[in-house]
Amino acid sequence: MTRKQKRLGLIGLAGLVLSSAVGLVLYGLSSSVTYFQSPSDIAEKQVEIGQRIRLGGLVEDESLDKSRGSVIHFRVTDQAEAISVQYKGILPDLFREGQGIIAEGFIDQKGVFIADTVLAKHDESYMPKEVYETLKEDGHWMAEEQAAAAAEQGSNVN
Amino acid sequence: MIIEIGHFALILALVVAAVQSVFPVWGAVKSDHRLMGMAPSLAVAMFLLTCVAFAALTWAYLTSDFSLLNTYQNSHSDKPIIYKISGVWGNHEGSILLWVLILVLFGALVAVFSRNIPQRLRAATLGTQGWVSFAFLLFVVVASNPFGRIEPAPMQGTGLNPMLQDVGLAIHPPILYVGYVGFSIVFAFAAAALILGKLDAAWARWVRPWILVSWIFLTLGIAMGSYWAYYELGWGGWWFWDPVENASFMPWLTGTALLHSAIVMERRDALKVWTVFLALLTFSLSLLGTFLVRSGVLTSVHAFAVDPARGLFILAILLIFVGGSLTLFAWRAPLLRQGGLFSPISREGSLVLNNLFLTTACAAVFVGTLYPLILEAFSGDKISVGAPFFNLTFGPIMVPVLILMPFGQLLAWKRGDLWGVSQRLTLAFAISVIATIMLVWFMGASSTSIMTALGFGLAFWAIFGSLWEIVDRSQILKVGFARAVPRIMGFTPTVWSTVLGHAGLGFTVLGIVTTMAFESERVQVMHPGETLEQNGYHVTYERSWTQPGPNYDELVSRYTLRKGGDVVGVMEPSKRAYRASGRPMSETSIATFGFSQVYFATGDNDENGGIVTRIYFKPLITLIWIGTLIMSLGGTLALFDRRLRVGAPVTARRRKSKAEGAIPVAASPAE
Repeated sequence: MTRKQKRLGLIGLAGLVLSSAVGLVLYGLSSSVTYFQSPSDIAEKQVEIGQRIRLGGLVEDESLDKSRGSVIHFRVTDQAEAISVQYKGILPDLFREGQGIIAEGFIDQKGVFIADTVLAKHDESYMPKEVYETLKEDGHWMAEEQAAAAAEQGSNVN
Repeated sequence: MIIEIGHFALILALVVAAVQSVFPVWGAVKSDHRLMGMAPSLAVAMFLLTCVAFAALTWAYLTSDFSLLNTYQNSHSDKPIIYKISGVWGNHEGSILLWVLILVLFGALVAVFSRNIPQRLRAATLGTQGWVSFAFLLFVVVASNPFGRIEPAPMQGTGLNPMLQDVGLAIHPPILYVGYVGFSIVFAFAAAALILGKLDAAWARWVRPWILVSWIFLTLGIAMGSYWAYYELGWGGWWFWDPVENASFMPWLTGTALLHSAIVMERRDALKVWTVFLALLTFSLSLLGTFLVRSGVLTSVHAFAVDPARGLFILAILLIFVGGSLTLFAWRAPLLRQGGLFSPISREGSLVLNNLFLTTACAAVFVGTLYPLILEAFSGDKISVGAPFFNLTFGPIMVPVLILMPFGQLLAWKRGDLWGVSQRLTLAFAISVIATIMLVWFMGASSTSIMTALGFGLAFWAIFGSLWEIVDRSQILKVGFARAVPRIMGFTPTVWSTVLGHAGLGFTVLGIVTTMAFESERVQVMHPGETLEQNGYHVTYERSWTQPGPNYDELVSRYTLRKGGDVVGVMEPSKRAYRASGRPMSETSIATFGFSQVYFATGDNDENGGIVTRIYFKPLITLIWIGTLIMSLGGTLALFDRRLRVGAPVTARRRKSKAEGAIPVAASPAE
């Protein structure tokens, strides 16, 4: 083989690998990313049953129900709309009513959000960024001190 | 006073960095020996000054000097001494200072140890390293100063985030940083070669030890971070495809590609321009990682403080260095002499494939990591790209790497015989198939999917195919054990490093596949005396009690783990409440059986005295980290080989020819 042929072969192979990778990446981005939704988004947009989403908002006050053993129920609100959430497992250490969380899962036929992951802040003054921004956009974020604190510090681990 | 000395030393280091950035490079271009001669002493001076600054900050932490804003916000006098020390880098300012300390350490190491390289290259390299040091020292002094005072000084600090009060934190950042930042010196070597317009096989030989050291530490750092997340976060996950993890994984992928392309460059004087490009790319990705982690773009345990000014400063550093180095590359690389030709079926051909797949895999990770950030910036849509995306893209790209690895090891340089190599590997293939069947049988054939079985096969192929080089080189099957042993003893460290590096990867893959396919989880409310059964284990919840720790109070729950009637473990996971901050924190309890683990985490007590208990069964999970340790060991052996050849090139070569002389030299270096 001449130098030119070898080079063409190499470029061809690299092109093949890269184009397959681009195909995989595009397919992956269209099929396996999860969108972040607030309870209002869910109420408006009619999210498909069974579709994976990330739900963000505040845990509604006096909505936490641990009476049914390891299956925990609570409601997530953005002060305009709220949605029931069901989660089996151990809640994060800093999970409390009135605080911002992100839950990952899907909505079942009854309109209940079945979460398989619940992320809360890992820091006293932390509000998940997405939650904070949604609340701010919707005009429901009043407590300035808390907002400043949330902007100052951040930590979650996912 | 000590604090002010530290602050002053830091500013002096910045001044030294400014001098370092200009004169040695100028001297290298103009061949002025006096200017070039400044470089090593400046590098050492910069290191010593940064050491003084770092020591001063550490002193403030050790003595709990809360007149310092940094210690007040991140420390507490009750903290055990080890966390007082690790608290130095458990915050934004301190961690950046550690970053800089390691940066200048590498400069000083090159100044002291790389005496055998040409003066011009060394001066230009240290000068380029000076630019990076200057940029980051400027950042520390201007935007991220750890030496700010508060007046009046508070009596007590606010404490360190409890998640960071762990031995894992004490050692993970320094080790990871040595890897991350170590690539800066490789970057500097590449930039220096471009500036001087001289790039040859010798360059690769001088740079390779630095690539190896950085790669070893990066490997260990990532593995340690993974293990820390596994036991500390209480979710049983060992890799989340979190942007912060990806930030360190991307330089690892290109660094691994660089490690291999540098070998081709050293042995065959080929792939020169590509190797330089990878060197620039790898450190650019390290900088990108620093930006992602430290700027507050991402919310993560690693992002200590979200300060827009700091984010912009790091972004500016990132853009200047990435843009600058790519411009330098575009301008100077075409002037370099092209490397040699080679046949596609050869050792170097297989290494090109390795590079192709590793960089493509890195590109996929890059897209998945940055796409959400870019999408949000342009459309406002918030998405999360998680494990499903990376499993779908990264996984398939890495499969050919694992399949081809054993072939690459046995192919000869220049012109390989693919058919011959395949024949030599037949037995290794057969052993892998048998091992796969045995593992599938052991795990239960009915519960094993085809994909899992293929995953096992791939892992065993990587392990046995890599180890087969020992059999192949020693010809143990032909000459017998007694004659093969001396041959095996005579293998060069290079042989062992390849064998261990590749087999280690195989072990990691085996751990990943088994854990992903067979891990199981049980979440249940348990009352004292209650027993549950899962995976052949009987778990009994005994009782829980409260006890004080050095700076926290904890609720400990005791479980007895039985298998076949025998007690195999007493597990005591706990929930801690840190006194300084009142923050709760779960501590897991893990029992190891062989390579498998049983993992306990507890939730809250309910009204009836029941406790939410989460138990994970993780078969062969420790292989994931053991594999990375073996890989690092492989890297370390490669370093030893290098030292041999530098110290006494003739003896080393003679020894090599003696070891391989009797064998049909399939894979001996054709130098």
